[in-house]
Amino acid sequence: MNSDWLERLRAGEPRVVARAISAVERGGADARTIITALFRFTGRAHILGVTGAPGTGKSTLVNEIAKHYRRRGHRVGIVAVDPTSPFSGGALLGDRLRMQDLSGDGGVFIRSMATRGSLGGLAAATADAVKVLDAAGFAIVLIETVGAGQNEVDIARNAHTTLVVEAPGMGDDIQAIKAGIMEIADLLIVNKADHDAANATMAALEMNLNLKPKLENDWRPPVLKTIATTGEGVATVVEWIGKHRAYLETNRRLETRERARARAELELVVQRELMARLRRGLNGTRIEALVEQIAARQVDVYTAAEKLLG
Amino acid sequence: MSERPIRVLVAKPGLDGHDRGAKVVARALRDAGMEVIYTGIRQTPEMIAEAALQEDVDVVGLSILSGAHRDLFPRIVEQLKQKQLDDVVLVCGGIIPDDDIPAIKQMGFAGVFGPGTSTQDIAAFIRAQVARKRGARTA
Ligand code: B12
Ligand SMILES: Nc1nc2c(ncn2[C@@H]2O[C@H](COP(=O)(O)OP(=O)(O)O)[C@@H](O)[C@H]2O)c(=O)[nH]1
Ligand SMILES: [Mg+2]
Repeated sequence: MNSDWLERLRAGEPRVVARAISAVERGGADARTIITALFRFTGRAHILGVTGAPGTGKSTLVNEIAKHYRRRGHRVGIVAVDPTSPFSGGALLGDRLRMQDLSGDGGVFIRSMATRGSLGGLAAATADAVKVLDAAGFAIVLIETVGAGQNEVDIARNAHTTLVVEAPGMGDDIQAIKAGIMEIADLLIVNKADHDAANATMAALEMNLNLKPKLENDWRPPVLKTIATTGEGVATVVEWIGKHRAYLETNRRLETRERARARAELELVVQRELMARLRRGLNGTRIEALVEQIAARQVDVYTAAEKLLG
Repeated sequence: MSERPIRVLVAKPGLDGHDRGAKVVARALRDAGMEVIYTGIRQTPEMIAEAALQEDVDVVGLSILSGAHRDLFPRIVEQLKQKQLDDVVLVCGGIIPDDDIPAIKQMGFAGVFGPGTSTQDIAAFIRAQVARKRGARTA
């Protein structure tokens, strides 16, 4: 990239933003240079996580939420994550399909991202892509996760406000509760409220919330109904996002949360770097020899690992 | 640094509702290890260029069976140029009369694929084209 890339990125030039996201996705030295340079311009965006099972209407809802913020004059960045096929390494990224209303609006930037093998509903570079959008001046950044239903705690770590989307009549009313996704919700959304079963889903969620011991001053996630296809109820969702932001801004909660996020991110990067260094240091032929020995039942994995590392 | 997966935008310009072929191609390219952004039907030239820009794709693939390519393709090429995306690999498929192919290639399309083309051939063609472009860029 040219030397003036940072200025152009901060001005929100789409080509530079797009290229920067590709670079952080690819990783390596370029990614590091980019993040190092733009880091001091981050921390301004309000980051919204949107998660829930596939088909619950996350993309459609993101489209509507983005339209609301646009009407208020905020620039909106969107990162939509879909799974990479473990077999082919390819991915079908279809979230844009539901975000067509936003096209032609220079104040919106949508990027589809494949998980490229990382677990937990986000791609390894999602946090960095969000930083790129943040530095590029997008006041609201929406992250749509894979929505595998499990192991989605990553999103709560990356977002200021996490929206968990449920839909009635998908046979998964209890699914989210089981998977522990309730714990990460700041807002619970029952989308597809045009379906009859919506009220039952609302009641199930409310009941579940009531089971949780309530601490004083604790945030109690509201359970909100939406029809994403018509936009009904979305204004209320946006209102609650504002309330949650205000909640975070009192009693230094935001700072606490940022610190927890920084810690988790630092640990992750250290872990990744250690693994990379270790891999570089490991002797390939030695690994192969140990693999042979394990397969031949001459040595167990623990002893083999010990031999490699020790 | 590892090579990134090839990123392809598959779009259906205009009012043409025949989306079976586009979906078949999108899935096949995914199965060939590519990251495919599928935008669906009813895309204007502006929407296609904007998506290609934001998604930083290597390839833009257009599917059209209605005959409107004569009007739409030049406008799409123009939009891509305006956004300085002249280096993306352009391919297309659908119902495209043989007589139109020379003009389409002239516009900058690397490949035109009609009914019955094997999707493996399409994937192989795209892979070769992208390898050439990437080679040219780093050289
Ligand atoms: C199925 C079909 C339909 C279905 C579409 C279902 C759907 N959702 O897709 C229905 C019944 C809805 C339909 C409706 C109409 N159809 Co129709 N339809 C067909 C038919 C029989 C097959 C198309 C198909 O799905 N093929 C299977 C797929 C897999 O093949 P494909 O799309 O060609 O894709 C391959 C290649 O072309 C290439 N490819 C395609 N896209 C891309 C993209 C990229 C990037 C690449 C690299 C390659 C590539 O790779 C694919 C794999 O080999 C064709 C005739 C034909 N033989 O093609 C007529 C045809 C396309 N239809 C036609 C017409 C006229 C219509 C209607 C206007 C009819 C009417 N009067 O109402 C409507 C219009 C609908 C609309 N909204 O646009 C005409 C178009 C004439 C023209 N272009 O001049 C055709 C050619 C029939 C004919 N001979 O007259 N149709
Ligand atoms: N009836 C109804 N359908 C909806 C609603 N919201 C989304 N959908 C549809 O549900 C399907 C999946 O939506 P999508 O946003 O792609 O879900 P995602 O997989 O969670 O991102 C699409 O066909 C949408 O049109 C809603 O409120 N009511
Ligand atoms: Mg989606």
